[in-house]
Amino acid sequence: MSNFNVVGKRIPKLDAAQKAMGRAAYIQDIKLPQMLYGKILYSKYANANIVKIDTSKAKALAGVHAVLTGEDVPEKMKMGFIKDNPPIKKGRVSCFRDEVAAVAAISPEIAKKALDLIEIEYEELEGIFDPEKAMEKDSPLVHEHLKSNVLKMPWDVHYGDVEKAEKESAFVVEDRFTTTWVTHCCMGTSGAVALFDASENLTIYTNTQIPSLAQKDFLESLKAMGLKNKRVRVIKPIIGGGFGSKLDTYAYEHVAILLAYACRKPVKMVFDRVEEFKATSTRQPTVTYIKQGCDKNGKLTFRDMRMVLDNGGHTSWGATTPSVMLMPISSLYSVKNVKYSAKCVYTNNTYSQAMRGYGNPQATFAIESSMDMLAEKAGIDRIKFRKINQNHAGEETPQGLKITSCGLAECIDAVEKELHFNDNNEKGVGTGLASLIHVGGGARIYGSDGCGAILKMDDYGKVDIFTGGTDMGQGLDNITAQIVAEELGLSAEDINVVHSDTDICPWDVGAHASRSTFVAGNAALGAAKKVKKKIQDFASKLFETPAEEIELKDKMVFVTGNPEKNMPIGKLLRKAHFSPGGTMLMAEHFYDPDNQNMGKELKGNMSMTYSFGAHGAKVKVDEETGKVEVLEYVAAHDVGRAINPLLLEGQVYGGVVMGLGYALTEEVTVKNGEIMNANFRDYKLFTAKDAVKIKAPVIETDDKDGPFGAKGIGEPGCVPTAPAIANAIYNAVGVRIKDLPITPEKVLAALKEKTVKK
Amino acid sequence: MTTNISFLLNGDEISYDVKDHWTLLHLLREEMGLIGTKEGCGNGECGACTVIVDKLAVNSCLYLAIEVDGTAIETIEGLASTDGTLHPLQQSFVDNGGIQCGFCSPGMIMSSKALLDENPNANREEIKQALAGNICRCTGYIPIFKSVEAAKEMGGQNE
Ligand code: FES
Ligand code: FES
Repeated sequence: MSNFNVVGKRIPKLDAAQKAMGRAAYIQDIKLPQMLYGKILYSKYANANIVKIDTSKAKALAGVHAVLTGEDVPEKMKMGFIKDNPPIKKGRVSCFRDEVAAVAAISPEIAKKALDLIEIEYEELEGIFDPEKAMEKDSPLVHEHLKSNVLKMPWDVHYGDVEKAEKESAFVVEDRFTTTWVTHCCMGTSGAVALFDASENLTIYTNTQIPSLAQKDFLESLKAMGLKNKRVRVIKPIIGGGFGSKLDTYAYEHVAILLAYACRKPVKMVFDRVEEFKATSTRQPTVTYIKQGCDKNGKLTFRDMRMVLDNGGHTSWGATTPSVMLMPISSLYSVKNVKYSAKCVYTNNTYSQAMRGYGNPQATFAIESSMDMLAEKAGIDRIKFRKINQNHAGEETPQGLKITSCGLAECIDAVEKELHFNDNNEKGVGTGLASLIHVGGGARIYGSDGCGAILKMDDYGKVDIFTGGTDMGQGLDNITAQIVAEELGLSAEDINVVHSDTDICPWDVGAHASRSTFVAGNAALGAAKKVKKKIQDFASKLFETPAEEIELKDKMVFVTGNPEKNMPIGKLLRKAHFSPGGTMLMAEHFYDPDNQNMGKELKGNMSMTYSFGAHGAKVKVDEETGKVEVLEYVAAHDVGRAINPLLLEGQVYGGVVMGLGYALTEEVTVKNGEIMNANFRDYKLFTAKDAVKIKAPVIETDDKDGPFGAKGIGEPGCVPTAPAIANAIYNAVGVRIKDLPITPEKVLAALKEKTVKK
Repeated sequence: MTTNISFLLNGDEISYDVKDHWTLLHLLREEMGLIGTKEGCGNGECGACTVIVDKLAVNSCLYLAIEVDGTAIETIEGLASTDGTLHPLQQSFVDNGGIQCGFCSPGMIMSSKALLDENPNANREEIKQALAGNICRCTGYIPIFKSVEAAKEMGGQNE
């Protein structure tokens, strides 16, 4: 194995001590002089016309500085993927979370009181809540001017010849799977503080995963407000959890901007937990029809999938999740003929956004459940069946994904070794397996998939690195520090990672697609390499040795094979600085991976590399109650290289438990568009009491393009969890649950149906 | 209505005029500026606001400020020594990956402290019970259990 000094070490998270002492400042903790508190009023109906709004009483309340309605929002101020969603609605509301008014006041209590004083007359309209019904011809329209509830999106592809392949298949299975709304539940709720300076430039403190794209959105909002050529500074406080929830800009941010401008004072907008449940975006609910087949030897012949996604009342980036769903559909296991179509359908439900996996968990639930069904039909052992079809390095999938490194087989082996799939005879106990593919080397969704880094060294051997990347708890600060320290022969404590401010950090497309280790890591590595080269050049003159023979290690600079010729790095930096014609050692690097935008054909190598994994679960099903207990769980991941195994395990454990919630307990209950369980008592997260034994074997495949061989691992942990559990339940008691979450009621009902059939 | 109350806060004697409807969480965070105690739900469901009142871990979001009159309160700010040395629990949460985003951490650490102060040899089951009211969305709990167990070895019950 390679000989690293800092990479591969279990170095605790750099900001953990601050957090352990209660000193880390989150958005909740930010207080500015003269700050006002903003609050938003939401619609009372899922679908209604707003007939009249009277804000006079709210405006008259002492301590209220501004009351805004949809009429006060500039025409061009819109949010979302197709910019169709104003931050406060006027005329018509299309879901319960639609904003209808907002206030700023000197205290949160007064702001709340003011909301109660706003009088709104609605004319309620019939709502539509089932996306499949909303597709029917005579369905009422959510947005009449669009003439259809189905969004115009390009999700319709056919690679190879599915019809022919189906005819030639020895075995075919076909089924329907459904998933529901789940939500991120970041422990730190959403929020922002906006303020304008005397020249009407905006500073906004916000919990964002996309500082640079957010800056662009806010600039557009300013422009819509008539503020042209202004500056926007986005400052990220410490983020209390991301998981995809902060991958867009949201009404509360734009409303904070409007209020701050209306009052010319800082305005803070922080969600309470109920609001967090009701007014943030969920993971997309899906209806999936899948058909796939294999030949008599078990080789997959085709996969044909059709999906309907509930788009909710407005279009957010959620409507683009089929682009990621396509990845496992076309490329999880080798299959040549693939068809996929997805329809995003407006309803009067809440709308969805990015959530860890970006569509992959929904697609993988259907694919991996169906893989088990096909294996059974073909009479082939389920593990063997997957091995027959496993991906391998060097393969190009029908979608055009180029697999450069692939540890899927090793992952399956690792799970098999830990879980002993076939030797459980205990009644009600069973095992299940499911695999995953995910982007692991960036994902080109925008014009750029890049990230910048600026690195400077001081006179003492310490480094400040300004990265475009975002740390939201996952540990990008460590990854950056460890990569830079490794390259420059320093220790991680010598590296200060600054990632919080668009005024000083370069551009980055955002912390999404598990791309930060790979892309921000490569940006940091590129900058470190440039500085290293400068150090080597300088030392080469000093020691009269070729630059290639200069090594950096243990905070020293020395000549290879001649270690007496050496100098502490700090001393060398001072020599470089305080000599005639002196220089400071600094460098910048912008890394934009050589991956492809898929384009209209939905074909192209969207990531530089792909992460693989296999999960195995052992469950016990109580046939009296339907309750599923997870006895053991193994999550093996091909991560290229573990830059920091401690943080890596944390990503996997956290991902798996989030995935277990998805599989078994989590569900935003929505009744006629209204969210009924906006609290932690009724929205069932896994707690410490439910915690499961998880083993997390790490497979290192040393990816040729990853920084020190690393690939992304942020999302994969929660991707194949639900099908692993569903497959284990089937193995245990012979019922297949095709609708998430797999609650005891569903298991019991299926068990009953099974006995009746017998 | 305002009431004057006195209590010990991390060893300091405090006298404060509090409004009757203030929660302890409000008093600590909004009035006294002790931001280490977090609000995750404001409704007794997540444990982010856990502090120790007379040796018991409580949800400060449900606790009225006037009720702490005459009690001794410990918050996350009071755990590290004055020379900056972290409390064994803080150190072991750092070392064992018990902290990712960190929003649950002050509450987790305070619940763990109340447990170990009372039961220095708590086993895994007892740790799970004691932390059942503290939600963490990042870690999957495993690194948190390891953190508490490691602190136990380090003598986490001691000041
Ligand atoms: S904030 Fe007190 S329990 Fe959640
Ligand atoms: S570390 Fe993020 S919620 Fe626990």
